[in-house]
Amino acid sequence: MLARRIIPCLDVRDGKVVKGVQFRNHEIIGDIVPLAQQYAQAGADELVFYDITASSDARVVDKSWVERIAQVIDIPFCVAGGIKSVEDAGKILAMGADKISINSPALANPELITELHDAFGQQCIVIGIDSHFNELTGKYEVYQFTGDETRTQQTSWETADWVNEVQRRGAGEIVLNCMNQDGVRQGYDLKQLSAIRNICEVPLIASGGAGKIHHFADVFKEADVDGALAASVFHKGIIEIAELKTYLHNETIAMRTV
Amino acid sequence: MAQNIVIIDTGCANISSVKFALERLGVTVTVSDDPAIIKASDKAFLPGVGSAQNAMASIAQKGLVETIQQLTQPTLGVCLGMQLMTALSHESGLNNTDHVTCLNLIPGTVEKMSVGKLRLPHMGWNTVNPNNNPLFKGITHGTYFYFVHGYAVPVYEHTLASCEYGMAFSAAIHKDNFYGVQFHPERSGDAGAQLLENFVSL
Repeated sequence: MLARRIIPCLDVRDGKVVKGVQFRNHEIIGDIVPLAQQYAQAGADELVFYDITASSDARVVDKSWVERIAQVIDIPFCVAGGIKSVEDAGKILAMGADKISINSPALANPELITELHDAFGQQCIVIGIDSHFNELTGKYEVYQFTGDETRTQQTSWETADWVNEVQRRGAGEIVLNCMNQDGVRQGYDLKQLSAIRNICEVPLIASGGAGKIHHFADVFKEADVDGALAASVFHKGIIEIAELKTYLHNETIAMRTV
Repeated sequence: MAQNIVIIDTGCANISSVKFALERLGVTVTVSDDPAIIKASDKAFLPGVGSAQNAMASIAQKGLVETIQQLTQPTLGVCLGMQLMTALSHESGLNNTDHVTCLNLIPGTVEKMSVGKLRLPHMGWNTVNPNNNPLFKGITHGTYFYFVHGYAVPVYEHTLASCEYGMAFSAAIHKDNFYGVQFHPERSGDAGAQLLENFVSL
């Protein structure tokens, strides 16, 4: 049976892993390669490396760390941040990444999704979506440039419409980051994820809000997501991956245990 | 005994990860699209990701079709590389219904997966059930491997290991010196390393 995936996300800035709360106040967690190795050995099913400065800075970012990770890691990993063209993506994949994830550049140029699909295949094209619940309008709205608070802006897309659009254009997987929940560890946004699940025919990964071990069981059981992504609970040692996977396995959720 | 192991440079994107996985086993590998170097190898790898159409076009453009067809040493196709080993693939473009002629090293046809309400691509870790064979030596029924694909070869007489995702399909196929695995051993942790080591030891 296909296992549900546990995916630690490592936010990267200048080759260091960092973590902020609701995208702010980034603090350094540690060096990227040993942390990646540690997670792979602990039983992570996949890793996401998110270069948080890349999309918002517009500068050329050194990605040589991608190859250093590929040399030591024996589980799949995805690189996000600053990939704006087929050429950028090709370099990251050639260095050994299994997937590339794009977010703001896809919003700026949706055709890029199709170009990436045609160049590298659907299986390696992940679309990251930052979705914010607007209490005034009662709508889920897509934001871009969330890596930099001063440039973060709302787009004209409602989340469900953008989810449909990226699938039509060839996305192979969607990571839905629920911004209201991000970094506050109160649980995943089950309501929003369930609604998106109903219209999402490609794998869907939940992001934002993991704080307790039962939040993972909740999101797999109630929102039927394929994977759950989390950062701070793993980086700060609040949840151990091996313990989490044993717990989920006992909750009859299909898990690869190591 | 140092073996001469060559990864056939198909122009596809997962060549580095296959190379690194072999290097982690202490094996020296050469990546090449030179027919003479490929022919002289003790073992060859045929990696591949992306679409069958692009990959076959790249192999043809490099003039490697006959070179690969004439190999007699153990040769392992990985993911799309496995699919290219069959006779025919139904995977072409987004809105294209043409079939793609493959290398025809192992009979069989690659078909779009039909999985009911499940999601495609089939992406993640799934359990594999191998037949008793040297490639899966020491790998038990129900071992997890990492898959990413939307097309598959059904279970048939050349199936070496099977997997289930809305339908049964071939996780590995074999004929003569040609082996193919649908999953990514280079990204399948200890189980993947074991399989690569088994192949190198064939």
